[in-house]
Amino acid sequence: MSIGATNARPFLEIKDLTVRFETDDGIVQAVSDSTFSLQKGQTLGIVGESGSGKSVTSLAILGLHRTRSNAKVTGEVWLDDQELVTATDEQVRHLRGGKMAMIFQDPLSSMHPYFTVGSQIVEAYRVHHPGVNKKVARERAIDMLARVGIPQPERRFSDYAHQFSGGMRQRAMIAMALVNDPALLIADEPTTALDVTVQAQILDLIRDLQEEFGSAVIMITHDLGVVAELADDVLVMYGGKVIEKGPALDVFQNPQHPYTWGLLGSMPRLDRDVRERLTPVKGSPPSLINLPSGCSFHPRCPYAGRNGDKSFTEVPVLRGGMHSVACHLPQEDRTRIFQQEVLPNL
Amino acid sequence: MLTYLIRRVINGTITLIVVTAVTFGIFFMVPKLTGSDPALLYIGKTSDAASIEGIRTKMGFNDPIPVQYWKFLKGIAVGRDYANGPDVTHCPAPCLGYSFKTDQEVTPLLLDEIPVTLSLALGAAVLWLLMGVSTGVISALRRGSIVDRAVMSGALAGVSLPVYFTGLLASAIFVYWLGWLPQGQYVPFTESPGEWFVQLLLPWITLAFLFAATYARLTRANMLETLGEDYVRTARAKGLRERTVIGKHALRSGLTPIVTIFGLDLGALLGGALLTETVFNLRGLGWQALTAIRGNDLPVILGVVLIAAFFIIAANLIVDLVYGVIDPRVRLG
Repeated sequence: MSIGATNARPFLEIKDLTVRFETDDGIVQAVSDSTFSLQKGQTLGIVGESGSGKSVTSLAILGLHRTRSNAKVTGEVWLDDQELVTATDEQVRHLRGGKMAMIFQDPLSSMHPYFTVGSQIVEAYRVHHPGVNKKVARERAIDMLARVGIPQPERRFSDYAHQFSGGMRQRAMIAMALVNDPALLIADEPTTALDVTVQAQILDLIRDLQEEFGSAVIMITHDLGVVAELADDVLVMYGGKVIEKGPALDVFQNPQHPYTWGLLGSMPRLDRDVRERLTPVKGSPPSLINLPSGCSFHPRCPYAGRNGDKSFTEVPVLRGGMHSVACHLPQEDRTRIFQQEVLPNL
Repeated sequence: MLTYLIRRVINGTITLIVVTAVTFGIFFMVPKLTGSDPALLYIGKTSDAASIEGIRTKMGFNDPIPVQYWKFLKGIAVGRDYANGPDVTHCPAPCLGYSFKTDQEVTPLLLDEIPVTLSLALGAAVLWLLMGVSTGVISALRRGSIVDRAVMSGALAGVSLPVYFTGLLASAIFVYWLGWLPQGQYVPFTESPGEWFVQLLLPWITLAFLFAATYARLTRANMLETLGEDYVRTARAKGLRERTVIGKHALRSGLTPIVTIFGLDLGALLGGALLTETVFNLRGLGWQALTAIRGNDLPVILGVVLIAAFFIIAANLIVDLVYGVIDPRVRLG
C-alpha cells in the first residue's frame, strides 16, 4: 500500500513477481505476476490453500530459488530501495539472515540434527558479524534464547534440536531468525506443526518481538484466525496469483472474491452446532502445470458462467484501490451475493 | 556406556565361539561322516598303519568331536600340548593347530600375512574414500550434467567389472605397456616405505576402483537427499556461504551413513582380499585362504575364517561406537 504523499518506495515492494519451475512433467507456474508491498512495522498476512504460491513467493523474496537450476524468477523485488531479483548471489546472501530472515513451518526438520541449537544460532550471527569472536557470539545467542522465552538458556545452548519440545524448538528458530535484528521477517506457517496451546504463545511472541524490533512481518498461513489476529493487510492467493488484497479488517468484513468467501466458510467456529458440517471450497486446487484457462478459479466458482456470462474465459485483473480483487463479477453482484447468500451461512 | 561396551564385547565373543563351532563342525565332522581321515592329510596315503595311528593319537583325532572342539578352544585360550606318549609338541596360545600341508603352526603363519592384507586394505580404503566421496559429492551438485553422467557410468563399470579383469587390465596398461610401475613383490613398510608404496599402488587402485564405485553412488544418493532437507534450506536462509552450506551442513549428514558402510567394508576386507591378493600375488590372508582351500588344509582355513570373523565383529562394534559420537540422536546403552 503505497503512501500518497511521497514517491518513496515502500520498504518491501514486489512487482509482477513470477516464479516458474521446469520439471519433467512440464513448466510449473508457481507464482504469476504477484504485486504487493509492505511498510516497516506492518504485518502482511498471505493466505491460500496448499500450492497457492505462498511459500514460493516468500522463498523468492529471500532468493532461495537461486540454487535451484530449474527455477526461473522474474519481476522485481525491492527491499529498502535495493532490487533483489537482478542482484548478484553474493549481494542477496548478505541480506539473507541479516536484513531479511525467515521462520519455517517444521522447526524439527528445519534445524540441523547434528549441530547444537546454540551453535546454529552462533553461526547465523557470526556470518553477518565476521569480526565478532566466539564468546561474544555465544553471549548474544544465549541472550536471544532468553528473549524468546527459553528457560535456562545457558544450558539449552548446548542441546540438540531433538532435545527441545516442539514449542521450544520454534522459539529457538525464532531466536535464530532474529539474532541479526532483521528488518523483514517472513514466517512460513510458523504454528502449523505445533499444539494449539503453543500456537498462541508463538504468535504472541512474534507480535511482541515485532513491536520490540520494529520489523516488517510477512505471515504465511492457511489459518484465517492467525491473520485476523496479527495482520494489518491481507493477501489472498489462488493458483499462484493474488486474487484479493486489502486491509485485514476490510477483507474480513467485506470479502470480495468467491474464493475468499469459501475460505471463510470453511473455518470451524465454536458458536455453531458441532453437528453442522463445514462448507469446504468445492473441487481441488488447480494443477500449476495446466492452470485452468481464463480465471483459474472458474471450475470451482459457483458464480462463474451464471446467466450465460462467458467472462470467465478471460483472465481477471486485480482491480480496486486499497482493497482490490481479481474477479469478473460486477461489484454490485458481489456485494449482493455476499450479503444475501454467503454472510448468513458464515 | 561402559556397560554397553562390556555387553558388546561379551556378545562379540559369543558370536566368535559360534563361528568356530560352525566352522569346526563343517571341516572336521563332515570328513569324519564321509569316512575320510584327517590324519592321512598330514602324512600322506602311503604311510604305514602305525605312523597313521600315531598321528591320530597325537592330534587327538580319536577323541569324540566335542572333546576335539573343546581342546581346540582351549588351545586358542591357553595353548595346548599335542602328545603321543613321550612325543610332546607344545603349541602356545593362541594355538590354531598345525598346517596339514607344511606342519607349520597356523598362528604365526597367519600373523605373518596380516601386515600384507592390512597394507592393502588400509591403503585402498584411503583411496576409495577420497575418490568415491569426492566424485559422489560433485555428481550430486552437478546432477544431470555431463560430469554426473561420466562419474555414474564409471561407477557402473566399477561395480560390475570383477577385480581379476580390472586388475589384469591395470597391470597390462601400467606395468607392461606404459612401464610406469614395477611388476614385483610386496615389500614390508618397515623395510622400505617407498618401495612398499610403489609396489602396492596398483593393487590399491584396482581394489579402490571397485569400492569407490559403490561409494560414489551412495554419496551421490545421500547428498541429493540431504540437499533437499529443510535444514539445508535453513542454512541458506541464514545467509551462509554456499561452501559452508554444502561442506558443513549437507556433507555432515550426507556422510554419516557412509561411516557404517565403510566400517563394515574395511572389516570384511581385513579378513583377506581374496581376488586382489591372488591377481597381484600378494601373500596376505586372502591368498592364504585360497591356497588352504585348494590344498584341503583345514586348520589354516579355520584360522583364516576365525580372523576374518574377528575383524568383522570388531568393525561392527567400532562403527556402533563411532555412530554414538557422530550422531547426537543415537544414545548407546
